[in-house]
Amino acid sequence: MKRGYTLFWLVPFLLVISLYPVVTKSVIARETVFIILMYVSLAASLNIIMGYAGYVSFGHIVYYGIGGYVAFYLMHHVGVRLVPAMLVAGLFSALMALAVGEAVLRLRGAIFAIATIGVNEAIKSLVTNLSFLGGATGMFFNFKIYRAYGGAAKAIWYAYYVMVAVTLITVVVSYFIKTSKFGLGLFSIREDEDAAFVLGVNTKRFKSLAYAFSAFFPGMVGAVFFFKAGNIEPEDAFHLVKSIEMIFMVMLGGYGTASGPVLGALIYERLKGMLLVNPLFKNLHLAIAGFVLLLIVLFAPGGLVGYLRSKFRKLRGVLE
Amino acid sequence: MILKAEGVSKIFGGLVAVNEVSFEVSEGEIFGVIGPNGAGKTTLFNVISGVYYPEKGRVFFKGKDITKLPAYKRARLGIARTHQIVKPLNELTVLENVMVGACFGKAGANLKRAERIALEVLETVGLSDKAEVLAGSLNVPQKKRLELARALASQPEVILLDEVLAGLNPTEVDEMLKVILDIKAKGITILMIEHLMHAIMKVSDRIMVLDYGRKIAEGTPEEVSKDPKVIEAYLGDPDLALKLVKKEGSA
Repeated sequence: MKRGYTLFWLVPFLLVISLYPVVTKSVIARETVFIILMYVSLAASLNIIMGYAGYVSFGHIVYYGIGGYVAFYLMHHVGVRLVPAMLVAGLFSALMALAVGEAVLRLRGAIFAIATIGVNEAIKSLVTNLSFLGGATGMFFNFKIYRAYGGAAKAIWYAYYVMVAVTLITVVVSYFIKTSKFGLGLFSIREDEDAAFVLGVNTKRFKSLAYAFSAFFPGMVGAVFFFKAGNIEPEDAFHLVKSIEMIFMVMLGGYGTASGPVLGALIYERLKGMLLVNPLFKNLHLAIAGFVLLLIVLFAPGGLVGYLRSKFRKLRGVLE
Repeated sequence: MILKAEGVSKIFGGLVAVNEVSFEVSEGEIFGVIGPNGAGKTTLFNVISGVYYPEKGRVFFKGKDITKLPAYKRARLGIARTHQIVKPLNELTVLENVMVGACFGKAGANLKRAERIALEVLETVGLSDKAEVLAGSLNVPQKKRLELARALASQPEVILLDEVLAGLNPTEVDEMLKVILDIKAKGITILMIEHLMHAIMKVSDRIMVLDYGRKIAEGTPEEVSKDPKVIEAYLGDPDLALKLVKKEGSA
């Protein structure tokens, strides 16, 4: 759990990617990088509960949806600005995770994973039936909302900068969790929860806290995404496929490592982009992702970063 | 009395694994627990360390009733244990494994201090050269040492050793016994389960014998080894043994 030098390249690396659309003033690049950053943040936060504590939260996208709805409601109906609405959304997601965790974190392994899918589907049904949240059709922004940010075009750039900040914070926080005493406790839970309990780890509290952290950031990401999109509906907010994509990104990069989910998200976005525009593969990107996942689990269970760490010992200080 | 059990019973379905067992352990002694397989020794350890709560009876640590205290709180009070079936944290290094003990046990160390404690303890148990190796890649005797190191790093007042000698060769047993006596010299109270009779007889101050969940004897190693009930538990009916010998003679 020694603190190495990973952040010294990881943060500049993310900054360079984030600045590219700003410097080139390219809207297309901005859209691509926005999605990359969103994936990075989602994967890095899922990694806290899945990679550090060993609880595969399969329906994790639920916290992104909850955050999106809370923020959208606050902005649309109450007139709150993006950043405060986003913070409330993150906190609300974290609190939901604490409450939901009280029940589902008693389960282990595959049963936990299935229960989290159930939570996602249940919340989706609930939201679909709540008329004040727009029901199945969801909610649409009145474009007047963007006026407070200097018009729609500027609002979208604004959302972009907020996403950059959220992503950097997610990555830095997840790194500090990993290298802290709290992180050591989470890893001991992942490896053997019963042994950790006897060694003095308050397993219940640690799991709950990890779950809350890993729900906080997706809540904020959801808020920014749906602010930028201008509308929100249950099918988009609680889309299980996004959940599976998050798991794939974590596994591809290396679960339990701080840099792995970042690289996994980046590679996945590029891969998906290439496959989607290729007429031969356009509907097969998930199938291909599944096949790659199979190969990872069989031949490099530590993902890309795990593989590099085991191959090159010298890299360990900079690849955590 | 650092540790005391009063009429402790643990029942699994229809099986009374530990039946009304009472005992007291004084500070600084080595208290051996022996008995045939299935006598309830490990279950008793699980009750003391908080893995199970007993159906009946109470457990006291330094006069405080800890019967209903969860395991992690007992670890913080100063009760550490090793597992008969080793539970290494496979994907963590040996050093990190031991640091977990130091961070979350009675020592309550921060990461920096935990590392210092862990390195010291690894020296004591002879695993220093493996500090940076993943725990999963150790062999069984090394994993047993790791269990011990993790428990020691928590800086406990009482340590429960569940068959730390099992599976070791004679040289390793001697080394481990030396480590155990070193632990005792530091003033740590030791409860140990062991099947290796000569070893436990050599190091224990007092021994308790369990059979079918009941305590059948307690005393110094000499007293216990001469107790007819103990001989019966281990060899079966002493009269029957005698009869068999006679039969063979007459045939």
